[in-house]
Parts: sequence; C-alpha cells; structure tokens
Amino acid sequence: MTAITLNSINKRFGPVHVLKDISLQFDKGEFVVLVGPSGCGKSTLLRMIAGLEPVSSGDMIFGDTRVNDLEPRERDIAMVFQSYALYPHMNVERNLGFSLELRKRAAAEKKDRTSHAAGILGLDKLLDRFPKALSGGQRQRVAMGRAIVRDPQIFLFDEPLSNLDAALRIEMRIEIAKLHQRLGTTMVYVTHDQVEAMTLADRIVVMNAGQVEQVGTPLDLYSNPANLFVAGFLGSPKMNFVAHDDAALNLPSSLTNPSAQTYGIRPEHIKVTAPDDTAHLVGTIDVVERLGSDTIFYINHGATKPFVVRVPGIDRTAIGEKIGCQFQPEDLHLFDQNGQAISEHKNG
Amino acid sequence: MQKTAFPIGAVLRYFAIALYVLFALFPIYWLVKIAVTPDRLIYTEGTQIWPSNFTLDNFVSVLFLTDFLVYFKNSMIVSLGTAFFTTLVATAAGYAFSRFHFRGKTIIIALMLITQMFPLLMIIAPIYKIMAGLRLLDSLTGLIIVYTAFNVPFATFLMQGFFDGIPKDLEEAAMIDGCTRFEALRKVIFPLTLPGLAATLGFIFTAAWSELLFALMLINSDAKMTFPVGLKTFVSKFAVDWGQMMAAGTLALIPSCLFFILIQRFLVKGLTAGAVKG
Ligand SMILES: Nc1ncnc2c1ncn2[C@@H]1O[C@H](COP(=O)(O)OP(=O)(O)OP(=O)(O)O)[C@@H](O)[C@H]1O
Ligand SMILES: [Mg+2]
Repeated sequence: MTAITLNSINKRFGPVHVLKDISLQFDKGEFVVLVGPSGCGKSTLLRMIAGLEPVSSGDMIFGDTRVNDLEPRERDIAMVFQSYALYPHMNVERNLGFSLELRKRAAAEKKDRTSHAAGILGLDKLLDRFPKALSGGQRQRVAMGRAIVRDPQIFLFDEPLSNLDAALRIEMRIEIAKLHQRLGTTMVYVTHDQVEAMTLADRIVVMNAGQVEQVGTPLDLYSNPANLFVAGFLGSPKMNFVAHDDAALNLPSSLTNPSAQTYGIRPEHIKVTAPDDTAHLVGTIDVVERLGSDTIFYINHGATKPFVVRVPGIDRTAIGEKIGCQFQPEDLHLFDQNGQAISEHKNG
Repeated sequence: MQKTAFPIGAVLRYFAIALYVLFALFPIYWLVKIAVTPDRLIYTEGTQIWPSNFTLDNFVSVLFLTDFLVYFKNSMIVSLGTAFFTTLVATAAGYAFSRFHFRGKTIIIALMLITQMFPLLMIIAPIYKIMAGLRLLDSLTGLIIVYTAFNVPFATFLMQGFFDGIPKDLEEAAMIDGCTRFEALRKVIFPLTLPGLAATLGFIFTAAWSELLFALMLINSDAKMTFPVGLKTFVSKFAVDWGQMMAAGTLALIPSCLFFILIQRFLVKGLTAGAVKG
C-alpha cells in the first residue's frame, strides 16, 4: 500500500525553480532517505510533505487523499527539525505532551503516552527540566519524543542528527532504526550522512539540483548507480572515474565498450599488483593514509585527480613506489557521453 | 601571609557606575528635595544639598487644592490607552512583517520610516485641522488616536525585531503538533514575546505620559488636560509655585516607576534559550 504519492511535484520560489517534476511513491511502513548535495531541495520537499510549504504544481497524495490544500495539523504527520525547535517556555513533559494537549486528550492518557515516550528515549529523569537546561543530545531526544507520542501516520526527519557529535550520532542512529522496527511507521528522512543513508534506508532517493537522479535500495544504488552523479555521490572514499582515453589505463578489450566515455571503479574494489602489463592501471603513490582497519593510497597516474585505492589492513607500501591496479569486470562501471550507466557491458 | 589582592579594576568599575548613577539620578533627587522643602526656604536655602526642614505641605496642597488629580487621571487614561492600542497594532504588524511575504511590504516599511522623519512642528497644524474636522479637539480619545498613530511605526519595528528573534521553526513545530497559525502565535510565539511586549508597552506608556506638544495644541479645557499640560498651571503670571510643581512632578513619577516594576520581570532576556541549537 502506498503511504505517499508525489505526482509531478514542482516548487517555485518566485522565479527560482527549486523542484522539477518530482514523481515518487513511498510504501506504507517504508523508511525512505533523501540525500543530495546542499541546496538540491531536500528540505523543501520534506516541508512540502509536511504542509509547511505550498506545492506550486502537481499532486501530493497520502494514501488516496489529495492533501495539497490541507494544513500541517490536518495531515497526521510528525516532524523532527534539524534545530530541534523545542518550546523553550515549556518543560520536557509539556514539550512532549503538547500535541496531545492540543487534541484535548485526557490527562491520564497524556501522562501515559509521555512517560512511555520518555521511557523509550531515556528522558524519565528530565521531565521537569526546561530545554535550556538540556544538553544537545537530550534536546534531540526530546524533539524525537515529541514526534513519537503522537503516533502519526508519517514521520518526517530533517537532518535530525547533524548537530550531534560523532558518538551520539551513532547511538541515535541505532535508536532511530529500533524505533522504525518497533513502530513500523512510514518515515522520510533527510540526511547528508552516507552511513545514515546506507544503514537506515529501505530505499534511498538521490536528488540533485531539484531532480531525482535515482531511487533504489542502498545496495542497489551502490552496485548499480544509474549515472555518474549517483556513482560519485554514494560511497566513501568516492568512486574513481577514469576517462576512456586515459594513457595510464590498460584495459583488455573484453572489458571495454566503444560507447563508454568514463570508467568508474570503487576504491575498495581494486587489487594492488605489480606495475607490469597485467595491471589495468599503473601509477605512483602520492599519499598514504593508514587507518588501521584500512590503508588508502592516493595514486598519481597523470590525471588531475588522484586515483584512490583502499586495501584492508595495514599495508606498508611506501610513498613514491610504483604500483599496478587490477579490477574485476563486474566491479567496473561504464558511463556513456551523457554520464548514463551502460549496463550491458558485461555481455559485450 | 595571605595576599589581599586589591581588585583595582573592579573598584574603578564600581566607581564609574556609581558616578553614572549619581549623575542620572541627581535631577530626580533635586525634584524630590524641592518638593519637601518648605516654601519659605526654597530661595534662601536654594542650593543647599540637604534642606534644614522638611514638609509634606506641598503634596497635600497639590493633591487637595489643585486639579492635579484630574490631570493625573487624564494622563493615566491617555497613556494606558495609547500603550494598549499601539502595542496591539504594532504586535500584529510586527508579526506580519517578520513572518509573511506580501506585495508592497517594502513600500509600507519605507512609508513607516518616512513618518518618523518629519519634525513634529511641521505636521502639528495639519493634525490640528484633521482633529478639528473629526470633532476630536479637546478630547482624550483624540489624543489617544494621535499618540497611537505616532507611536505605531516605531513600536512596529521594535516588535518586528522581537519576532525576528524567535525562530520560525518553533511555530512550524507547533503547527505540525496541531496548532492553527493563530494558536501557534498565541500558545508558542506570544509567551516568548512577553519581554518585547513589556518593553514596547513601557516605552509607549512613558512616551505618552510625558508628551507635551500635541497635548498642548489639542487640549484646552482644564478638565481634559494631561499632566504635562497641567503642570503649566503652576506657573502664574507673577510667580512660579516651585514647591507644588515639584511635588506634582514627584507624584507623576510614580506611575512610570510602578509600571516598570510591574513589567520588569518580563524584561529579562533569554526566554528563547534552548529552543534551537544555536
Ligand atoms: N524561501 C525561499 N525563497 C527562495 N529560495 C529558497 C527558499 N527556500 C529555499 N530556497 C532555495 O531552494 C533550494 C533548495 O533549498 P533546500 O533548503 O530545500 O535545500 P537542501 O537540499 O535542504 O539543502 P541543505 O542540504 O543545505 O539543507 C536552495 O537553492 C535554496 O536557496
Ligand atoms: Mg536542508
């Protein structure tokens, strides 16, 4: 069953065309993550789903109700803001229960649901505190709690973890994953963080400049990016792109394709070999980063951008050494002159 | 031996503050001093810091023998009325300027700024004419209307500033939580604007309380005089009754002081602390 349908949604701020013909369908209970570079329109799209931003044209449909003209409060959604947006003049308990207060729910029910939410998020001891007396992580949890007491049809998150430090971020990421498992509610989540996107999402929507580049499961996008943009956007370190006429490239004809302009290969899919004829690419090591778990080589092969290689474990190969790189055919991504992936290269 | 560090910086700081407070409060001290000095000593001991004798006679005669209470009541009506209506209009306008985009917004703001640029003397004649046409001369209502019109632009900018300081996310969160826009304003934004409201109310109240020029022009009967105009009646053709005038002045300070004591707890800053990650 579909929870949200976007039908050729457009958004204009005056002359600025921010979202262009977005059509998407999110299933009930699905965890959808929106990713894309800064300014591509993720927040705008989320705010349009929330009803905070009017739709310029197109249909926004929840279930089978068109909601274009419904106020936020009529949409049965909850939203967690990047800035938390806690009510500073209310204590944690009232912050959590404010939506129930507005719906004139009985005091007992309110108490019940706020303390349940507080329990899930470990806020039991903070119910009397005011937001100014909370740490960033605690504020974030209150913001989250405010959403879960509602038991809404749809949860919306706009970079909810981006203000937290790394450790807290991981902790909250797991909390959110557990929350989704427990509630099974449809969630739409905006993030900049690749790990959040890959780990939380049932499906990822990659956006760029107001358009949808690709929609798919995390591993689908990782293994079969539809174009150069998606290929370069997901994955860290980024996928290497090598022009088809790069002199350092030495691909056997079984791997090449006449219409391929660019070859892409992920740093983690490269085998380091001797710099001889069997290598698919040869270069000298410019920089080495040893992370303990991995070693990352930045290889100069004559192009402006270094060729990045990631090998597991600690590798002692030193700077200045010449090495060769080998790829498996199935790991090689081919793109035509329009930047679109060529998928049939394995047969040709 | 324990080192008794003499915090010379702190001492200097306090000294500077004390000096400033002394400077600022001295006129008020002088006002009160003359008010409690018996009439016969005012000229003989005129410049003495401390009078040799005290009396409350001036207060008694001001309260019971002059029209002071009438002026006081009129001033109260006009100032409270002006403060109330100005703040009401300025709050609505300030919110609109802060939150909505609409056609002609910049023009309206520019017009409001322009109204602040004319010297009062230049427009007093046209105002007089308008008020005469409306039969609002010599009426407190007329005075309230004029004061409100004059104070609304500044008060609007003041309120807009306070609304701008409240993150938009808050009312959006409230609207998602189930508020209408108006409820969000009333339940979330309004409580956070209290310092701003208090400051605006206080500012407009004092401005109206001490306004002389318009009151002088638009009011002529004794029964409608506000306090600043009424003060003039202590100046007769041949003498100035300084003692009574100062006593009246002292009494006139009380409402402003009370008003500020009343609202000062709202004037504290930092009400929005903790709302959003800074
Ligand atoms: N009120 C507005 N008026 C005009 N342009 C706007 C307005 N709000 C957003 N935009 C523009 O719309 C585009 C998309 O903004 P949006 O906030 O959705 O980006 P985003 O993808 O969320 O970026 P980020 O990752 O930085 O949060 C931006 O180019 C922005 O400048
Ligand atoms: Mg954003």
